[in-house]
Amino acid sequence: MIRFEPRGPVAVSRMIGVSVTAALAALVLAAIPMLFAGLSVFDAYGLMVKGAWGSMFAFTEMLTRAAPLILTGLAAAVAFRAKLWNIGAEGQLYAGALAAVAIGTGLISGPSFVLIPAVILAGALAGGLVMLVPTLLKTRLGVDEVVTTLLLNFVILLFVQMMLEGPMQDPMGMGWPQSEPILDEAALPKLMDRMRIHWGLIIALAASLGVYFLLKRTVWGFEIRAVGENASAARHAGIPVTATFIRVGLLSGALAGLAGVGEVAGLKGYLTADLSPGFGYSGIVVAMLAGLSPIGVVFAALFIASIFVGADSMSRATGVSNYLADLIVAISLLCVLVSGLFLRFRIRLSTSSPAQETAK
Amino acid sequence: MARPAKDAPVLLRLDGITKRFGALTANDSVCLDLRQGEILALLGENGAGKTTLMNILFGHYVADEGAVLVSRDGAELAQLEPGSPHAALDAGIGMVHQHFTLAENLSVLDNILLGTEKLSALKSARAPARRKLADLMTRSGLTVGLDMRVSQLSVGEKQRVEILKALYRDARVLVLDEPTAVLTPQESDTLFAILKKLAAAGLGIVFISHKLAEVMAASHRIAVLRGGAKVADLPTSQCDQRQLAELMVGHEVSETVRGAGTPGDTLFVLTGVSAGESRESIRDVNLELKSGEILGIAGVSGNGQTMLARVISGLETPFAGSMRLGDRALTHANARTMIDAGLARIPEDRHRDGIVGAMTVSENLAIEAIRKPESQRFGLLRFAAMRDKAKALIDAYDIRCQGEDSPARLLSGGNIQKIVLARTLEGEPKVVLAAQPSRGLDVGATSEVYRRLLDARARGAGVLLISEDLDELMRLSDRIAVIHRGHLSAAEPTETLDRGTLGLRMAGHTMEAAE
Repeated sequence: MIRFEPRGPVAVSRMIGVSVTAALAALVLAAIPMLFAGLSVFDAYGLMVKGAWGSMFAFTEMLTRAAPLILTGLAAAVAFRAKLWNIGAEGQLYAGALAAVAIGTGLISGPSFVLIPAVILAGALAGGLVMLVPTLLKTRLGVDEVVTTLLLNFVILLFVQMMLEGPMQDPMGMGWPQSEPILDEAALPKLMDRMRIHWGLIIALAASLGVYFLLKRTVWGFEIRAVGENASAARHAGIPVTATFIRVGLLSGALAGLAGVGEVAGLKGYLTADLSPGFGYSGIVVAMLAGLSPIGVVFAALFIASIFVGADSMSRATGVSNYLADLIVAISLLCVLVSGLFLRFRIRLSTSSPAQETAK
Repeated sequence: MARPAKDAPVLLRLDGITKRFGALTANDSVCLDLRQGEILALLGENGAGKTTLMNILFGHYVADEGAVLVSRDGAELAQLEPGSPHAALDAGIGMVHQHFTLAENLSVLDNILLGTEKLSALKSARAPARRKLADLMTRSGLTVGLDMRVSQLSVGEKQRVEILKALYRDARVLVLDEPTAVLTPQESDTLFAILKKLAAAGLGIVFISHKLAEVMAASHRIAVLRGGAKVADLPTSQCDQRQLAELMVGHEVSETVRGAGTPGDTLFVLTGVSAGESRESIRDVNLELKSGEILGIAGVSGNGQTMLARVISGLETPFAGSMRLGDRALTHANARTMIDAGLARIPEDRHRDGIVGAMTVSENLAIEAIRKPESQRFGLLRFAAMRDKAKALIDAYDIRCQGEDSPARLLSGGNIQKIVLARTLEGEPKVVLAAQPSRGLDVGATSEVYRRLLDARARGAGVLLISEDLDELMRLSDRIAVIHRGHLSAAEPTETLDRGTLGLRMAGHTMEAAE
């Protein structure tokens, strides 16, 4: 018979332990399909580690991939803390990218120190405004934000495609659905020569520290935690619950919008409709794996980015599809959800059946 | 009351029942006999293990040690299969839970027959069932309309249906868990009369309670549980209330006594306030609270108390009427303006509305003042100041916790209530709303709540006490008003009222009819 006993307070070390265990369990479980694909598991993981950490180029590629994941992970983490279920980071990312391109391709001109902040602000604002709509629908009319944020993803992606094949299409692009390139003055500077890594990573790390500080040390953060943990007690204690939701919605959307800015203004240079390989959705996994901790998000994003970049490299070497990466990421989400049970309960196995117990 | 013969056969025996939940021992080798024709009261504070014990008896839980023995049809005692409610039913044990287990949309007859008929029977045997029930009703005095829909019944009637349900299944042992919690005093008296009749007819009855007066009035024998163990098992004739209270708590109890008050000016006024749509609503409520008095609001659960508390707490905006605190109108108020106006609110559901369990004791003590300069500067939290204040309050209010940084959800109900008291009363509010402030608390925590409310009254605050416990209301209140179906009667001085009058008003009789 299995019994569940509630646990007392949860230590930080245990939370970290659970996250790490979940990640490792995902790698072990993912070995099963690898065996079916005829791979040697150790060779395959070896190739993945090498592909993500094995050289300066590999390492910077992994960090480049981690930057948007940190931001979408923060977007999910801060919203989930308030129990505002923002599943729309993907759409907010595209909204941010679209705004960055609109500002950064010649709408305004000026030196870098004007254009770069303008592009960043525009992207954050666009992402925040996109999230404002579901938040208001939730607080005013009680519409379920899981549905609205999820469906807005498709609305926004289709809107971006329309813009890229219409008003914002690059006239020099030979008919491809892509935007004009971002001006050099508006692009985020590179961090290293001949590598793709850019200032988006610095923005992401700063955002993570900023969100940590906000949640831990400020009145707004206190209110976000109170609303998330017990909204009715928060309302009873005079905390403005609606205003808190709106603040969280704007912040969450803005963080996802920043991820879009980094991808167009730091990496690609122009906008296409395949800018994001699902960063918004992977951000949810990052946030869950991090236990919704803003600092933990950085490490979870590094793990997920390593899986993606490593799997690309492994797939080139072995010919096995890099869908394996999606599989590992999905399994790690399931593992972390299951491990939440271990955080809240102590699980005991007793061998005797109830009838035997009392017959003694 | 006449005791059943000493040699009446034992119907039920609990033999050394022990049940542990993790580190907590809910029942510690409890032994108990129930004889035919006997009413046994199981007395104990919240958390003493009464309900756990009965759940083991009824097969909801399996005991870690010990056994339940039942005599079937006068035969020798035999062990009951543990962990099986079905076996318990079969052995003639009927249970009436505190929260009824009736299907609201079915008729009384359907509810009683539910689960007693074989699936393979082609036609349900209504006529014989009606005959059997008619017979049961005349013999016991439990009259209910069999064709009424359960949703149309009053709470007292629903309870009768539950008892009939058990009797229809030929119960020989009847267990009632806190049966009077939802009844008016008159309904309770009727219930006890019926129980006595049933016992005289040969049933064994166990009723669980923490109210001393009714235990004294209605039982032959009293077993007291404390901390999971049986500490006394006495004939009722040899007990008095004071001794029982001490057995329950484990030490001497001091009675809270309300001295004469000095009511001052009118502080807080509701005029024609209406709010809410459904059953739990209030209509045209008028109320005047003076400084230095405790105004009690009596009523059976579900008659609008919750809505009244929500309106005064600033959680619900009334659609008609006005509220005034001193010179300040509070009609379109929210929780924040209520707090700022000097109104302390003690919520009835302290776990849901009183604390944020995942946050620390210190954060919960500061939550109502989180935007005040004492807790923040430029939007940044002042942790040191919050901790210092928390330490002082933990001392002053004797909050038992593992320091101010431990999560509030780990505290007991009494200590959670102390957090609420500390943060609301510490600012010396002008008006205190206390909704069911002692519900679910043990005797010690309850007397602490009473002391704090009387202190607030003594320094000139007006206290509005909403409670379902008449003893509490009569002990603390200077005046008492009764709420029934959302209407509030005029308040009258406690000295001019007695339990009978209040009970009739709680049941909806008008003032004239009551006199």
